[in-house]
Amino acid sequence: MSTKTVEFAVGRTPEMGVDSRPTYGPLAPIDLGEPDIGSEHMLINIGPQHPATHGVLRLVCELDGETVLRVIPHIGYLHSGFEKLGEYRSWNQVVPLTDRMDYLAPLIYNCAYVMSVEELMGIEVTERCKVVRVILMELDRIFGHLLFSGTWSIDVGAFTPFLYTFQEREKIYSLHESLTGARITTSATRVGGMMADLPEGWADACRKFVNELPRTLDQVDYLLATNGIHLGRTQDVGIISGEEAINYGFTGPNLRASGVPYDVRKDKPYYDYETYDFEVPIGEHGDCYDRFLVRMEEMRQSIRIINQALDRLPDGPINVEDPRISLPSKTDCMNDMESMIHHFKLITEGIHAPVGDSWFSVEASKGELGMYVVSDGGTKPVRWRVRPPSFVNLSVIPKLAEGHLMSDLIMINASLDIVLGEIDR
Amino acid sequence: MADETRSGLDAVEEGPAASEDAESAASGAGTLAPEHPSVKALRARFGEAIHSHEVGCRGQHVVFVDAARSREILEWLRDDPDHHYQFLSDLTAVDYGGGRPLHVVYQLFSMTHHRSLRVKCVLPVTALEIDSVEPLWKTADWLEREVYDLFGIRFNGHPDLRRILMPENYAEGHPLRKDFPLRGRFSRAEQTRRALSQEVADFYIPEEMEIGRDPQVLGHEQDGDALPSGENA
Repeated sequence: MSTKTVEFAVGRTPEMGVDSRPTYGPLAPIDLGEPDIGSEHMLINIGPQHPATHGVLRLVCELDGETVLRVIPHIGYLHSGFEKLGEYRSWNQVVPLTDRMDYLAPLIYNCAYVMSVEELMGIEVTERCKVVRVILMELDRIFGHLLFSGTWSIDVGAFTPFLYTFQEREKIYSLHESLTGARITTSATRVGGMMADLPEGWADACRKFVNELPRTLDQVDYLLATNGIHLGRTQDVGIISGEEAINYGFTGPNLRASGVPYDVRKDKPYYDYETYDFEVPIGEHGDCYDRFLVRMEEMRQSIRIINQALDRLPDGPINVEDPRISLPSKTDCMNDMESMIHHFKLITEGIHAPVGDSWFSVEASKGELGMYVVSDGGTKPVRWRVRPPSFVNLSVIPKLAEGHLMSDLIMINASLDIVLGEIDR
Repeated sequence: MADETRSGLDAVEEGPAASEDAESAASGAGTLAPEHPSVKALRARFGEAIHSHEVGCRGQHVVFVDAARSREILEWLRDDPDHHYQFLSDLTAVDYGGGRPLHVVYQLFSMTHHRSLRVKCVLPVTALEIDSVEPLWKTADWLEREVYDLFGIRFNGHPDLRRILMPENYAEGHPLRKDFPLRGRFSRAEQTRRALSQEVADFYIPEEMEIGRDPQVLGHEQDGDALPSGENA
C-alpha cells in the first residue's frame, strides 16, 4: 500500500537570510501513514443552488487537490422560452418579457428592444424620448454595476461594501418605482416612445442621486481598491489577452479590462452618444481586478453622462405623433371618432411592421446587447433574437478558470458579472 | 393582412401568421442600395457562391452565401486585412415556418474598419447541416450549441455539439421551430412524469461521469484499501 508523504519543515528553526527573510533548509519528507490519493481527480458540483454562482448556474469542476483542471458549465435552469413567447405576442407586448431577462438593469433591455423595433419600422423617436432613454440606460448601468460591486465584495469576503452599494441601489429602485410603478419589472418603453413621461420632480431626484453617488463609490473604492486581501485574490487571476477576448466574444467591461477599447456607445453610436462627453475606461492586464476597476470607473462616467443629459433634457412630446404607432390621449379617444378608431385598432391588432429584419445593439451593463427582430409584415415578430452578453461572457469561464484554485473560480465567476435570467432566457 | 384581425387569446394560441410567399419573407426591400465594400470584394473572389445582396432597414447590409462554402467565405472575411471581421457579434437562425428553408445568420463586425455585415445561409429543412465556425471564432461554441438545441441545425466540425438550454434528454424536439407548439409536444402529465423520473446520472454528461473513476482509485479498492467506496461515484 502506498502512503502519502508530505514535505514539512518540522523541527527546523528558520535562519535569517541576507534580505532578512527566513530561509529554510531542504524539506524533510514525512510519512503521514495515510493512503496516497494524490493522483485522484475529484468531481465537484457547484450549484445550481449556490450563492457564489450568482443565480441558478451549475458548474461541474474536475479538481486535482484544490486546482481546477476543468470546468463544465451547465445552464438552462431558468429557461423560460422568452424568444418563443415573443413570437406569439404583438410588438409592444414583448416589452414585459425583456426586463425579465436582465432584472439587474431592466431599463436597458426595455430600451434596446424597442430601439431595434424602431429601426425595423423606420421610426425616429422624439428628442425628449432620446434623452430620457439615455438617462434611463445610464442609470441602469449604474444599477447593474452597483450590484456587481456588492456581490463581488461578498465573494471576496468583505461584507461592508455590499451594504453601501445596496443602499444606493435602493434609491434607484425608488426612481424606477416613481417612473414606472414597478421596481424591477419596469416595462417602461413602448414602440415610438415611453409608457409615460417623467413624473414631476423625477429629474431633480435623479440629479440628487447621481450627485450623491460618488461618495459611496469612493467609500467602496477605499475599502476594496487597495485592500490587501482583495488584491491578492483578484490580481493576476483569470487573465485573458485582448486578442483572445475578441475571439471568445467578450464584450463590455470584461473586454475593455483586457485593453480593447470597444464600446458600442463609441463604435456604433446611437441616440447622439457621440455628442456626450465621456470616456471609456480600459484595463491593462485583463484580470479580475481590472474588470472590477473598469466597472467602478464606468459608474463615474455614467454619472457624467446623466448630468449632461439632464442638462439638455428638452421639452416637448415624448411619443411620436403617429396614430399607427402611439395611442391617442384618453381625452381625444373619448371625444374624437378618428382617435377612437386608432385606439381600437392599436389595442386589438397592434402595430404592423414592414417586412424585413433588423439587428441592433446597445451597450448594456454586461456587454454588447444585440436584438435581432424579423418581421413578415404582421403585428408579431417572426423571430425575436436576443444576443445576451452574459451568455457569451460565461462561455469563456472554462478557459479562464483552468489551472486556478477553486477559490479563484469563484472570483472569476463574479468578475464576469453574469445574470442568469438573460443567459437562460 | 386580412387574417390579422384575430385578437386576445385566439391570437396568442394561433401564433404568428406565415406570410404569403417565401420571397417576401426572405427578402427586405431596397435595391437602390449603396454598395458595401466587403460585398463587392466577396463577389469578385467567390463569384457564384455569393447568391444575393440586400440592404434592409437603415442601411443594414445582408449577403446570402452558399451554405456549402460558408466556412471558407467567413474565414476569408475574418482574415483578409481589407475586411478583417474579427468579431462575431451574433450567430443565430430563423425559421419562417411552412416548410420553408431556415436561415443561419452570422452578424459580423470589423473593429478595424468599423463595418458591420450580416451573412446568411439558407438551409432546406431536409438538410439542416452547415460547417461549424467554432475553429474561427471561439464564441461560436455556445452560440452554435444554442442554435442546434433550439432549431436542430447540425454544425459539422463542432467539438461538443450537445443541447445547452434544454436538458440533454429532452425528447420533444427543437423549441424555436415554427412547427413546435408553444406548450411543447407532450402533455403536461407526461412532462411531469419525465421530470420526476430523472436519475442522478441524467444530470451529468458521460465525460463528467468519468472524472473520479481514476484507475488508481479502483486499484485501491482491489487492494482492499480502506477507501470509502462512495467516493468515486
